[in-house]
Amino acid sequence: MGGRDATMVLLDENGIRCDGRKVDEPRRIMIKAGGLKNADGSAYIEFGDNKILVGVFGPRDVHPKHMSNTDTGILRVRYHMEPFSVGERKNPAPSRREIEISKVIKEALEPAVMLEKFPRTAVDVFIEILQADGGTRCAALTAASVALADAGIPMRDMVAAIAAGKVADTVILDVNNEEDQAGQADMPIGYMPGLKKITLLQLDGVLTPEEYKKCVDVGVKGCELVYELQKKALHDKYFGNRGD
Amino acid sequence: MTSTSVIDELKRAQILELLEQGKRVDGRALDESRELKIETNAIPKANGSARIYLGDTEVICGVKIQPDRPFPDTGDKGLFMCTAELLPLSHPTVETGPPQPPVIELARVTDRGIRESHMIDVSQLVIEKDKSVVGVFADNVVVDYDGNLFDACSYAATAALLNSKTPTWEMVDEKPTLVEGEEKQLPINTIPVSVTMAKIGNYIVVDPNGDEWDVMDSRVTITTDSDGNICALQKGGSDGFTQDEINQCGDLSIKVGAKIREQLKSVQQETQ
Repeated sequence: MGGRDATMVLLDENGIRCDGRKVDEPRRIMIKAGGLKNADGSAYIEFGDNKILVGVFGPRDVHPKHMSNTDTGILRVRYHMEPFSVGERKNPAPSRREIEISKVIKEALEPAVMLEKFPRTAVDVFIEILQADGGTRCAALTAASVALADAGIPMRDMVAAIAAGKVADTVILDVNNEEDQAGQADMPIGYMPGLKKITLLQLDGVLTPEEYKKCVDVGVKGCELVYELQKKALHDKYFGNRGD
Repeated sequence: MTSTSVIDELKRAQILELLEQGKRVDGRALDESRELKIETNAIPKANGSARIYLGDTEVICGVKIQPDRPFPDTGDKGLFMCTAELLPLSHPTVETGPPQPPVIELARVTDRGIRESHMIDVSQLVIEKDKSVVGVFADNVVVDYDGNLFDACSYAATAALLNSKTPTWEMVDEKPTLVEGEEKQLPINTIPVSVTMAKIGNYIVVDPNGDEWDVMDSRVTITTDSDGNICALQKGGSDGFTQDEINQCGDLSIKVGAKIREQLKSVQQETQ
């Protein structure tokens, strides 16, 4: 949060944003499935200047035991930022923000994972934010879906995520750090394109009812773009040219 | 409050059966919130307070207003913070100790709704720029639980803020000093109203009570301001919404919120 700098030019007269993108253009996205040796599944994503690593373990025994559920498996998610991931050093202990984001990402992934197939077990998703630049929860959720798929855990669909937002009274796709700080609204969206279900949705900032509907629409379309890159990452690992 | 016990499964079956006939367990319409009762000035030692009842959910909010140091990058703005706590006497499953993730989410969502609406004009809460500002702290405690704490805490905090009178300070020898006898209402821009909707099966119900909360698939909390704009949203729970449902929830939050805003407005008028 903090100061919203009104003097910064977020959108120029040609409809170009502060980092040179058009209003409906996402940042550069690179997703890689796998990479970690010990984890059952993993993924790495670069989303603009965000760099995020996700490792998945399980289904495995639950400790402490009383957390286990005899009817279904459970999903546990930890979203964690490295102290060096942001401008000023971040205290490594989990903040209230990180605890909330962990919960929101967990609830966004749960509809996608067939947890009922593994009663009494846990699937653990560890998200490490190596470098943060606005939109980490969306990038993390996108990578976590790929890591779960990479772990071979049965899923109904993957969750793709991106933020819509509003700067200079214009609805935009993929809010970066400057736009989040100085813009008017930020709406992270997680969406399962196969099942057409929104599983993560948050908003801060003021939108008219029309802008609200437009933001949801722009976000959903953005998620469909991200979804293609998730599928490509998995395809590259399992069916791609592995000569390199 | 989150278990898939046999009782919850039976409860869910019954709630769904009723919903298919367009009915709810407590006889409300699907888009009807429970009766909201607001008692203001419940804690006279606070600068403002409210005790609210949303059906059988009961929340007390006290506002404390005191001089504070500004954040380094916003020396021209006062501070606003809203918290929420679940007291152990509010429900048999609540334990003492550090707050669990659902309570942290509750506090952050309550704070965000009010903050993002710009309800309090913090630019008017400066004693001396970069040195001393006024801090407004709205602390909610849940004393009785029957579902939907998001809205209950939001209404309690909003009512307590509208009920608040802020003292006046001036800088004397580099220290903020109280000016006796000068009290005024907080600078209010707008009245935020939070509306929480639960999805149970294919039905969307407004203001879920405790039974509905136990069995819902997912939920969404949307805060609107006096101009009918949407200023904050939080989806939760282990299922998703379609795009149509999210649009429908946006419209519902504006419609349902307008009625509740009238009730909160009368708190503001009584305080004047």
